[in-house]
Amino acid sequence: MRSKKWKSTLVSFLLFSICCLPSTEVSALDVKRAVHSNGLTVLHVERHNLPIVIVTLLVKASPLDEAQEKAGLANLTAKLLTEGTNKRKTTEISDETEFIGASLGASVDSDFTAISLSVLKKDVEKGFDLLSDVVLDPIFPEIEISRLKGLIKGGLRQSEEDPSFVAERHFKAAVYGEQPYGRLTRGSTATLDRISREDITRFHSDFYRPGNSIIVVVGDLSEGELSSLIKRFFVGWKPSDHSRKPYEHKSDRTQKTALIDKDITQANIILGHEGIRREDPDYYAASVMNYILGGGGFSSRLMQIVRDEMGLAYSIHSYFSPNKYGGFFGVAVQTKNESANTVISEIIRQMKRISTEPVSEDELRDAKAYLTGSFPRRLETNTKIANFLAAIEFYNLGLNYIEKYPEYINAVTRDDILRAAKKYLDPDRYTLVVVANQSKAAIDIDKKR
Amino acid sequence: MPLIRTLALSLIALILISVSAGAEVREYMLDNGLKVLIIEDHKVPLATFQIWYRIGSREETSGKTGLSHLLEHMMFKGTPKYGSKVFSKIIQRNGGVDNAMTSRDYTMYFQTMSSDRLGLSVELESDRMTNLIMDEKEVLSERDVVKEERRMRYDDDPQNALFEKLIATALMTHPYRRPVIGWMPDISSIRRDDLYRHYKAYYSPDNAFIVIAGDVDPEEILKKIKADFGGINKTTLPDRTITKEPEQRGEKRLYLKKEAEIPSVIMGYHTPSFPHDDSFALDVLSSILSGGKSSRLYRSLIYDKKIAIEAGADYDGMYIDPLLFFFWANAAPEKDINEAEKALQSEINNIRDNPPTEREVQKAKNQIEASFIFSQDSLYRQAMNIGRFEILGGWRLMKDYLDGIRKVTPADVRRVAQKYLTEENRTVGILVPVKSEK
Repeated sequence: MRSKKWKSTLVSFLLFSICCLPSTEVSALDVKRAVHSNGLTVLHVERHNLPIVIVTLLVKASPLDEAQEKAGLANLTAKLLTEGTNKRKTTEISDETEFIGASLGASVDSDFTAISLSVLKKDVEKGFDLLSDVVLDPIFPEIEISRLKGLIKGGLRQSEEDPSFVAERHFKAAVYGEQPYGRLTRGSTATLDRISREDITRFHSDFYRPGNSIIVVVGDLSEGELSSLIKRFFVGWKPSDHSRKPYEHKSDRTQKTALIDKDITQANIILGHEGIRREDPDYYAASVMNYILGGGGFSSRLMQIVRDEMGLAYSIHSYFSPNKYGGFFGVAVQTKNESANTVISEIIRQMKRISTEPVSEDELRDAKAYLTGSFPRRLETNTKIANFLAAIEFYNLGLNYIEKYPEYINAVTRDDILRAAKKYLDPDRYTLVVVANQSKAAIDIDKKR
Repeated sequence: MPLIRTLALSLIALILISVSAGAEVREYMLDNGLKVLIIEDHKVPLATFQIWYRIGSREETSGKTGLSHLLEHMMFKGTPKYGSKVFSKIIQRNGGVDNAMTSRDYTMYFQTMSSDRLGLSVELESDRMTNLIMDEKEVLSERDVVKEERRMRYDDDPQNALFEKLIATALMTHPYRRPVIGWMPDISSIRRDDLYRHYKAYYSPDNAFIVIAGDVDPEEILKKIKADFGGINKTTLPDRTITKEPEQRGEKRLYLKKEAEIPSVIMGYHTPSFPHDDSFALDVLSSILSGGKSSRLYRSLIYDKKIAIEAGADYDGMYIDPLLFFFWANAAPEKDINEAEKALQSEINNIRDNPPTEREVQKAKNQIEASFIFSQDSLYRQAMNIGRFEILGGWRLMKDYLDGIRKVTPADVRRVAQKYLTEENRTVGILVPVKSEK
């Protein structure tokens, strides 16, 4: 493969040699950024390959902004946006959206809320009308609130059927304790019951504000067209002084174990601890390290050993989940109950190894080649671009991030990786969660510690 | 719920293919029978390479289910030229991703990467089409991996477990009744020689085709394909007589007792596959019943009656032979699953008794068309769409599908509902949650 380089006359904006000097050159997206007088940040990329428009409206509102006893408020508010406005009933919103083959919905993650619209170019006005209506003018009818609470509670209950969900729920709770990152964004039956309509309207009026939001528009739309749409549908959005309070995340490295018994054939294991913030400068060294350890799919050490050599799992991966104010590191795997102890020992062995021995030159080269070389795939579709730009803006990565990313990655050395592993992996003090048939798994906790 | 996710995805995949947006497909045929389909799309400097083998669980025999899927896993285990377990490493080192999937009708391998690296796909795929080592020890180890995959996907997932059993009950003789991943005892019994025979029988250029989508120069990539695949000989393919499924003459019903939180119901009705004349109206019917929050099942079971937290219908006609039209619902907490079943039945009666409105049919057509256009933004999806139609008889059928959907009338929808959604033609599966006493 190295000798037979595929010759191509095609214009390639990604050039890097496989063997040595990875000099990556990524052509930047032509991103236009503007901040409107009401404070709304607008990012725009024109792409005319298809007659479609994708919009991501990011609102800085998440479990970080809700009281612990009312967990689920941010999510409930977001899901209620499409359940009735001053102009439209809930059934009209879904019918009008679906009649034009569009989709409109909101989701909440640990740091923010994202409202997404996909619409054909010919219906873009209608799309913006719907989007603006649900974000600016929802009325939160009591009857829809109680109906949606019922659905969310049902969904929470059903999620308990999924052993990997149960493992992750326990893991986050153990690592973060009572802090917002440790909770389910959906809340719990008890906290949902405490949320009133007034809580929801206040949350909406506090956080759903232009100065607290970023709108990203990607697709078949010229600058002029977008500007008139923004004028028509978003300039009337009233600013407010209220914004997200600074949040103090407390780090906790106490070691914990949770063994949850279920009548299942596999042990669902998560082993990990506190991790790294997205904006931490070590993020890139940690990314390269993690790629080699267990983030690199079929190429990673954990996959090669636990799956390919030992045949003990279909999937095993490690990951840093980096949020605005904190993050966690985890290794997640499913293996038959009887192999749980073996797999846990192997995970710990690999965490120790990467924290004590430098990775090989080959491993470093391959990891960098993948991380930089796969970057253009992250910008393939309008949807990927929209979500990517929203994140760049939210995490303050800079619009030149696309050009900078390869530099950040290529600057990482073997020493950086060793240092990052020592600093961000703790093979002695970790949280271990195992959802399994416990009598068969017979987890030997003392031996593991 | 994983089952729904699976169903929903397959529905989307089906829908997407249904409208032709006019992406130009170039078709070539090598002397050894290998067909190559190329879609040029220069929006980004990327390309997807897919090689499709016309072999899936449909051709497997009792006692050896899961053979095609395990072989798919073994295809990553190396050749004399490239060695074991390096396939994905090579692709990733070049910034690409690769994977594979096995279905009832086909096995497909793909790589997506920078388009100037696509020659690598050609080299690696042509090599493993004939030169697989298939070491005995690696077979044993990979068998264990697949068993873990089965535990994760089916044995520990109540909804998927029910789905698997429903299909096995609804179909009596046709091989579609068997799961693609295989039954657990069968996976355990597969030997290296079984796999090797399967490989030699079905992995040949005349039983495969290539689909490429992306920023490529067709003549140039074709030259490379001819150079690397051209020397591989065709084989005599095994006789492929597939048992036909007899008509069902009465309802079948099954129960699955398993640790779970809430009960579910699934119903399956035998229906023909695309390009049968009725397949278009069945697809529109499925969209009217289940296409979003304005659809009939959401409105009735979830919104108005509040007896289900999830409900839907799914018709996937993209199979060589007939499969099923599904209905499903997951009960709301403390609600009786029989109520959900009754509500599904009442929606079925409703559409059998009264045609849908013109607006409902138009909405379904708009949804189908729009989601196809959205899917064209992904090179992988473009190639998938072409490939799935090619499996069914030719990629040009994609246009027929579009035309067929456009012609569907409210009367057609009612007619197919009356014809297929009958009690005799139905199999019902119920998940009965049990709590382990621990």
